[in-house]
Amino acid sequence: MADLVNLTIDGRAVQVPPQTLVIDAAKTVGIEIPAFCYYEGLSLQAACRMCLVEVEKMPKMMTACTLPVAEGMIVRTETEQVKQARKYTLEFLLTNHPLDCPVCDKGGECELQDMVFRYGAGESRYTEEKVHTPEKQFSPVVFFDAPRCILCFRCVRICNEGMGVNALGVINRGVVSEIAPNVGDHLECDECGACIDICPVGALTSGTYRYQTRPWEMTHVGTICTHCGDGCKTTLGTRNDEIIRGNNRDRSGINGEFLCIKGRYAFDFYNHPERLQAPMVRVNGKLEEVSWAQALEVVARKFDATVSANGSFGVIGSNHTSNEENFYLQKFAREVLKTNNIDHHRTGDVVTLLDAMSGTKSQLATVADLYDRKAVLVLGADLALEHPLLSYQIRANYRHHQAHVYAITPGEVREDKYTVASIRVGGGPASKKGDLGVIPGKEVGATTSGPGSHPVGGPGVVPNAEAGAHFDPVNGPGKATGSPTGFVVPANVKSITGNYFDALESLRDQLKAEPELVILFDDSIKGADVRALVEFAESLGIPVKFICLVDYANSRGAVDMGLTPELFPGYKPTGASGMHVSEMTGSDLDVLWVVGANPLKGAVKRKAGFLVVQDMFLTETAQQADVVLPAASAYEKSGTVTNTTGEVQQLTRAVNTMGAKPDLEIMGFIAREMGVAGQLGPWVANVVFEEIRKNVRGYSLPMPVIATGGAAQSMPVNGRIAVDDLSALVHSDHNGLFASGTLGRYSKVLNSVLESHLSR
Amino acid sequence: MTFSPQLEARFEKLLTSYPPGRQRSAMIPMLMYAQDELGCVSDELIDEVARRIGVTPLQVNEVLTYYSMLHRKPLGKYHVQVCTNISCLLYDGDKLYEHACKKLGITHKEVTADGQFSIEEVECMGACSWAPAIQINYDFHHYVTPEKLDQLLDGLRKKQ
Repeated sequence: MADLVNLTIDGRAVQVPPQTLVIDAAKTVGIEIPAFCYYEGLSLQAACRMCLVEVEKMPKMMTACTLPVAEGMIVRTETEQVKQARKYTLEFLLTNHPLDCPVCDKGGECELQDMVFRYGAGESRYTEEKVHTPEKQFSPVVFFDAPRCILCFRCVRICNEGMGVNALGVINRGVVSEIAPNVGDHLECDECGACIDICPVGALTSGTYRYQTRPWEMTHVGTICTHCGDGCKTTLGTRNDEIIRGNNRDRSGINGEFLCIKGRYAFDFYNHPERLQAPMVRVNGKLEEVSWAQALEVVARKFDATVSANGSFGVIGSNHTSNEENFYLQKFAREVLKTNNIDHHRTGDVVTLLDAMSGTKSQLATVADLYDRKAVLVLGADLALEHPLLSYQIRANYRHHQAHVYAITPGEVREDKYTVASIRVGGGPASKKGDLGVIPGKEVGATTSGPGSHPVGGPGVVPNAEAGAHFDPVNGPGKATGSPTGFVVPANVKSITGNYFDALESLRDQLKAEPELVILFDDSIKGADVRALVEFAESLGIPVKFICLVDYANSRGAVDMGLTPELFPGYKPTGASGMHVSEMTGSDLDVLWVVGANPLKGAVKRKAGFLVVQDMFLTETAQQADVVLPAASAYEKSGTVTNTTGEVQQLTRAVNTMGAKPDLEIMGFIAREMGVAGQLGPWVANVVFEEIRKNVRGYSLPMPVIATGGAAQSMPVNGRIAVDDLSALVHSDHNGLFASGTLGRYSKVLNSVLESHLSR
Repeated sequence: MTFSPQLEARFEKLLTSYPPGRQRSAMIPMLMYAQDELGCVSDELIDEVARRIGVTPLQVNEVLTYYSMLHRKPLGKYHVQVCTNISCLLYDGDKLYEHACKKLGITHKEVTADGQFSIEEVECMGACSWAPAIQINYDFHHYVTPEKLDQLLDGLRKKQ
């Protein structure tokens, strides 16, 4: 590149693009300039003064975190003056710091501790009594210890900018300044815990991790979160076969350091007291614990007998089990049980999308695309609640690249704060709360914000629940309460009585003018609508990428692996008929085999003659079973899962739970007991994945990427998928931030936070 | 929340005084004017101001707790602010403050039992040239001596 800027840092020539900050420029040649408040990707603060460096021709020392490079600049970062400045800054930061490292959770991974160790400010000239305030609990997962805080504002910025929640602020002034939560004495937010992870000291600590262990005592295992379909990598800190915490500080995986409450805390279902740890067989009408050998024998004999009697089987697979398990299960069903009655709960119409896309220029998007692409269109879903990672990516894209975001949704969404246009379909109020970027006294439709401009209040305004009463879509602004000053919805939000396609048509010209677009849609667009959507995208004449939103960790993988009667793995039509989930639960099959699903929830009575259930908990389905086999969770097995964007990532076993076995092993043992193990092949995740790579269309993925914990997108299936339109079966659970299907019921944290009891 | 027509008119003007998208700039004047009318900044007022300028109540609280001229508790009818910053200090501002405290029988940020007076020790208010200076509500008083202060306070007390 011709337009690089040349400068010298510590005598070394550095070439970086213009606008690079000195602190980042130094990093490119391996020079670390210490800083607390500076955080890549967030707004600049220059609050901590730790990054002061000497710059030639500048009279005073400069903060490297806010100083852009200039041609010929000469920077010195290791002079006596700089070292002294760092020492004094630390001495100052420690004025009221309690130095309680021995009892602080951050000890061992504390940035302040590291810096003090390096630059030494062990002795202080301050003799005044330290200001002390007692520790506060902001929520079940967030604790705040004000004296430890160095007021770097990182937590405030990640909450405002990264999450778009605005739940944290700094109140008071000077020495008594402290971090404050948004609702009086507590937080009402996403409870994501990003503020805790980003805290450079031990001021914000985690309700679940605090006082549990030391960072160096844990083993850190990177695996994939098993809740929603976004496929975030979560690094589990484990000790003695216990998961102590989840975070992703190493920024590995497609999510960087982002995690929501589920990824960071909701691993805790794994040691719920009701977790099944022994197989159970129904004896005299009651489920009794038996040995694995006994249980497997009962299952194998029943399967054998039913196969030889030409009896009927039904197999229901899971949205949570790995690709290997799903592949093995469908192979088991089709080759051994000779049945095509195999299905799972479909949460998004991936099949129609792939079929409709064949022969077009449209492509599938990745999670990274949401951060890089110039324009994003969200259809239906409230992303911030249902797909928090995707929402985070779009927010970061807007923040860093001013991406144009469009949202067509039935209700208010967090994206409204920065969309070019938000359209409420179905005639609902344009904004149920009515104060997002509100300008008082202006008529509806007044140009107050538009593409690229910040809505009122800047990015990240949180609605005030009280405000709803003041906006009346019928009587107009303000009239509802008689307030003399009117309040209207922002100009970028409007409401129409029509459907999604009326909304799309109204945006046609704007979308056409975009250089490129990513479209995300949930289950409100399915079947013929998906085809119409792809057609619409094609007619725009710009490159369009799609994301079909699905609910769970491996919802996408379940379709890919052929857990449907109409499709083999890799979307090859079977040409044979078979029962769907509701048909299976509703008919008197001889044997129904349910792996990691709960189709009988909601007091559905079992009809099948014999019910085998593999699950972690005694769900409504398991309670009615003849045999219950305790399954391992995603954190207790290896394998791969495919996220909502089709990116395949590896699960790594973090812990073992006594008694439970991975579903793949359970199926393998049943096969061995039946004497068909040779036919089905080894029940080892790696081996099955090799088979998938060789045989499943779209899954010939680069092994080095996956084996090293990376994400590889499964290739698009090019070619028509000639199956009937079964989109009527597609139904999303629309889990919010604090729900996760059946699994969510067993997470203590998800149920403990206040917000899970509010309607969100 | 309803305010007097005069205050509403002021708010209206404030909210149109800034470029579109920067209505939050009206926060401090809105809080000041509302405080003058209501006596202090109440929780309800925080929510109302936040709503009108499109920020969160916490963001209002951040500003509110930062500035010492915004109060969460009602003050006296006459709020006596005595500067004890460097210039006034050199001219016995600290003694003036002590005198005022003794005279009114209250101390920093307290209110007299009859609700007439409150006192606050403040930082520089830009009246160094006429030190020591005090401010009673919005009025400045220069070259204040303990005697002059007594007269001032007695005068105000009679005015009630």
